[in-house]
Amino acid sequence: MMYSKTVMDHFRNPRNVGVIENANGVGEVGNPLCGDMMTIYLDIQDDVIKDIKFQTFGCGSAIAVSSMLTELAKGKTVAEASLISNKDVAEALEGLPKNKMHCSNLGADALHMAIQDYKERLAGTKRAEPERVEVREHDHKGKCYCPYCDIEIKIGARFCEACQSELDEEH
Amino acid sequence: MTPGGKEPEMTFINLDHISSNPLLPEVKAAMIEAIQADYANPSSQHTPGEKSAALLEKAREQVAGLLNAAAPKEVVFTSGGTEANNHAIKGVALANAAKGRHIISTNIEHNSVIRSLKRLQSQDFQITSIPVDESGRVNPADVADAIRDDTILVSVMHSNNETGTIQPIEEIGEITRKNKVIFHCDAVDSVGIVPVDVQKLNVDLLSFAANPFYGPTGVGGLYIRRGTRIFPILDGGVQEGNKRAGTENLIGIIGMGVAAEVAKRDLELRVAHLSGLKKKFLQELPKFVDECIINTHPEHSLPNLVSVSPRYIEGESVMLMLDDEQIAVSTRSACATGSLRASHVLLSIGLSHADAQGTLVIAFGVDNTEADVDTFLEALRKTVKTLRDISPLYQKMHGVG
Repeated sequence: MMYSKTVMDHFRNPRNVGVIENANGVGEVGNPLCGDMMTIYLDIQDDVIKDIKFQTFGCGSAIAVSSMLTELAKGKTVAEASLISNKDVAEALEGLPKNKMHCSNLGADALHMAIQDYKERLAGTKRAEPERVEVREHDHKGKCYCPYCDIEIKIGARFCEACQSELDEEH
Repeated sequence: MTPGGKEPEMTFINLDHISSNPLLPEVKAAMIEAIQADYANPSSQHTPGEKSAALLEKAREQVAGLLNAAAPKEVVFTSGGTEANNHAIKGVALANAAKGRHIISTNIEHNSVIRSLKRLQSQDFQITSIPVDESGRVNPADVADAIRDDTILVSVMHSNNETGTIQPIEEIGEITRKNKVIFHCDAVDSVGIVPVDVQKLNVDLLSFAANPFYGPTGVGGLYIRRGTRIFPILDGGVQEGNKRAGTENLIGIIGMGVAAEVAKRDLELRVAHLSGLKKKFLQELPKFVDECIINTHPEHSLPNLVSVSPRYIEGESVMLMLDDEQIAVSTRSACATGSLRASHVLLSIGLSHADAQGTLVIAFGVDNTEADVDTFLEALRKTVKTLRDISPLYQKMHGVG
């Protein structure tokens, strides 16, 4: 099995699954390469995440990531939750397979979007309809990494010498 | 009893026969005997060597019989389907480059064909890749239209390993014969499962592997019609009529020979058994899971294979949950592959990325029973429900809850 015991536990028994009907923060991310999609619902009271729920379309690690993220965020203040990173989620899951780091580890991004949504609603600057953000595989300020083996590659390269993968135009 | 010749194991239900198959009892026995006998090198001229050579030729006759080859020596043993496909494509290209550098194939071939062609493309060969229609079939007229004066090879697979759809090989073969172009067919997932007759199909080259018909992995072969211009891709000794160097994998080849003989004998029985299971599954599926896309051709397809995409969920998750229920299936979700790419075959037949992500390949085998289908359908119902309950896509289509 390529997944850790913790990943399989969260996949088999995902925590905090579902929808919060009157959520005051909603965040949704999608990945165009493999189609993973994740929605996070927040119920924030007195600056604390009182309740958090998720819905996910994706592989075993995408579901485990969502579940673990909700556990990490629940009970935290907005400021504390804003500091949770995708890396923190992966570490709490005792690691993810390398090739899954990019595509299924989107939980923190969805959480940050939900927090942003909450702040905008609070400030009254809320957009009518939250836009769905498509996370690109690579957003690494001038550097580029192979989406399959994570090694640094030339920007615009169509082939990764390290893992012999052919690459799409956008990476 | 099943056509597999044994009581089915109750512990794990294998519905992933496209990935690997158990050895038939007869095959195991023959291979164990071969191991115990310490056979010599079939190329040696001493008595033990000649005894080995006789066993090698017996296996060649058994395989030639399954394919209906005109002569056993038209069968060249390889390390499996991948080598056979590489051999056919690169071997024909190398041997005929002076005549032309154009090759025709399709969008849904196995990677061993696609990547061989890409390799040739980087060596100044030109490749025309023909699309398939929504049912996954090639139109023979498209092949005829693509043929040029410098076309040296047409390569089309017999059945697709992801959808099970069978191609009109006989019709394409008539076209290539008329145009005097060499015709290769990758029949790895068909040989031993459905009748494959190299005479009837009008093919010059045909790849096959032993494991799909319950022989060992690591053994297969390439049928090379007498007179076909092809170079070896492994250079070395004069084994296999100078077409494939290297000391033969005698133990594996003996196993393949027995598997071929049993396949020929039991073919009708197997087709009846497998298509019965497939029919039962397809008929009862809507009672257990709604909103499924069936990617397998209703008529022109392998009797053992169904490709099904339950919508709004992802295949790796389904596979893992079914694994917990002691059921093995295969998924064509990009998430379950090392490359994380959506299947080129499923995109070719018009599936969206999201639907391709949910695609399962169910491949029945001779060891499966109707009870297995019942168990599987119930487990699939449970799994799909669990995953749809947490799917934002399902919620978007069906409202909250």
